[in-house]
Amino acid sequence: MESYHALIIGGGGTGGALAHDLALRDLKVTLVERGEVTSGTTGRHHGLLHSGGRYAVKDKESAVECIEENLILRKIMPGTFEENDGLFVAITEADVEYSRLFIEGCTDCGIPTHQLTRDQALALEPNLSPNLILAVQVPDATMDAMRMALRFFATAKHNGAAIRAYTEVLDVEKTGGTVTGVRVVDHRSGEESIINADIVVNAAGPWSGRIADMVGVEVPIRPSPGVMLALEGRLCNMVINRMTPSGDGDIVVPQRGLSVVGTSSWVVDDPDNLGLPPDHIEKMYAEGEKMIPAVRKAPFRAAWSAARPLIGPRGADTGRELSRTFKCFDHVDEGVEGFVTITGGKATTARGMAEATANVVCQKLGVDAPCRTRDVVTLPHTAYFTG
Amino acid sequence: MTDEEITFKVFRYKQGDPAPHYDRFSVPCDENTTVLIALQGIRRDHDPTLMLRHSCHHASCGTCGMRINGKEELSCVVKVLDLGTPTVTVEPLENLPLVADLVVDMDGFYQRYTAARMPYIRQSEFNPGAQPPEGIDRYTRYENCIECGLCLSACPVVGSDAEYLGPAAMAAAWRVVEEPHDGSGQRVLEWVDTEHGCWRCHIAFECSEVCPSNVDPAAGIMNLRRKLWLSSLLRLFGINR
Repeated sequence: MESYHALIIGGGGTGGALAHDLALRDLKVTLVERGEVTSGTTGRHHGLLHSGGRYAVKDKESAVECIEENLILRKIMPGTFEENDGLFVAITEADVEYSRLFIEGCTDCGIPTHQLTRDQALALEPNLSPNLILAVQVPDATMDAMRMALRFFATAKHNGAAIRAYTEVLDVEKTGGTVTGVRVVDHRSGEESIINADIVVNAAGPWSGRIADMVGVEVPIRPSPGVMLALEGRLCNMVINRMTPSGDGDIVVPQRGLSVVGTSSWVVDDPDNLGLPPDHIEKMYAEGEKMIPAVRKAPFRAAWSAARPLIGPRGADTGRELSRTFKCFDHVDEGVEGFVTITGGKATTARGMAEATANVVCQKLGVDAPCRTRDVVTLPHTAYFTG
Repeated sequence: MTDEEITFKVFRYKQGDPAPHYDRFSVPCDENTTVLIALQGIRRDHDPTLMLRHSCHHASCGTCGMRINGKEELSCVVKVLDLGTPTVTVEPLENLPLVADLVVDMDGFYQRYTAARMPYIRQSEFNPGAQPPEGIDRYTRYENCIECGLCLSACPVVGSDAEYLGPAAMAAAWRVVEEPHDGSGQRVLEWVDTEHGCWRCHIAFECSEVCPSNVDPAAGIMNLRRKLWLSSLLRLFGINR
């Protein structure tokens, strides 16, 4: 029977980054994912490398995580980001009022800002609304969501991690109070097997509650979807954020040949059934065109929903009140050994989440190996296929 | 918004099966339901073993390519009711090795695609230090290629010549020749200048027809030929360029 030091459930950015981290620490690691890697939440975000500005006023912990990881990712993933910065645009007097809090918050969190006049901002981004009053430049960048995460998978694979797509967990194996592995089915052939591991990490994002149910532990996860709208053509080259507290339709992200308007937020029970509320799509147009009027007339490409894995008590209803930071749960507190859950967070902080989780894993296994992912340059995304 | 019941005829194959077959599923669809969402519904409500690739859901990742009613498409941007057929047939891409169900193996695609070493994004649109070639705004953005493989599936030559470099790889090659970053243009030209390279194309233009990113690989291949013709012509007159 196959046996590993660590088995990761979930082939999203977090799982990929964790496999990469643990492989660099010389652990024997495998990852199982029921579909193609990045087929859950990871591939579906709008492609923003956060500067942290969005969280600098109300969620400083997330903001600091973002700017730290932003700088690390640029270094370890050259060629992955469109490094055109971002603007927070004020188009009402209330926005201008908020800009003071915004700049103050950014300064507190170590996020560099540069205030631009209306004319300076329009010179950079001519499609901005004529109602523009001022703008603040921050080090946002954009990415192709799947390809960024694939670099973690590619490098993990290169360093010996066994990445198994189309391999679904049917049950978690336990002996007494200790998790010993998982029973999986390989959908390519229909074959079932058991994979043993000294430690199993639940990195299933919005699905992590289901995995936790198999073990009989509690993960306070709230699948919180948002709707995004992709339009043909680049309406801007910088990320355009509205200078307001986080809200619906407050961002336009240029992504290669597209512009993505995001997003909304609500809470669902079933991460496999998100729906696509038509009024949310209209909201993206309505709010997006306040920043860039051309949003309304740009050719439609796609609208879709993606579920964030937010941490919060049941009863949260919009998802906006939940922190965007992440949390690693060692379920030993609930009487279960050998099982850890990592959840919350976002693409920008996936590496940091993985580092924190890998530290827990190594401590539990008694392995003394430092994290190396801050410095090791990752392989290109294509190496996932060619490596 | 009213739902319409649509029958999906889905190509099925698992490793070890003697032969592929088709399964039929009935799926309620409204005007926003894409083929991808319908297939995910099948997996959720009818058969969790159905395999398909998907990631971004807005035609930027390129993973969800398949043949829908016989035509190469990205399933995330095809609305079911727009097809106008009571039965929708979905099958894996052609000319790439089948893994199972709707999933094909992309490893071979990437082996060729990466040979030209095209950067897939522009790091900056207004980098003050950059000196972009004159007329760059008119260039087709071959780097908009999303590596979906639709062009390979649609190309009539790929099926008959396993060594043919194929449209995606040569579109990437032309991008590198057009705007060489490190003097790599000549290396790439030599790579495509073979009987399995740009000269093998039958000019069917199917690749450009199905490309979901307007990359126009056929134009890239024609440009490579023109460039090679011109160089050989100049060589005839003793001019090396």
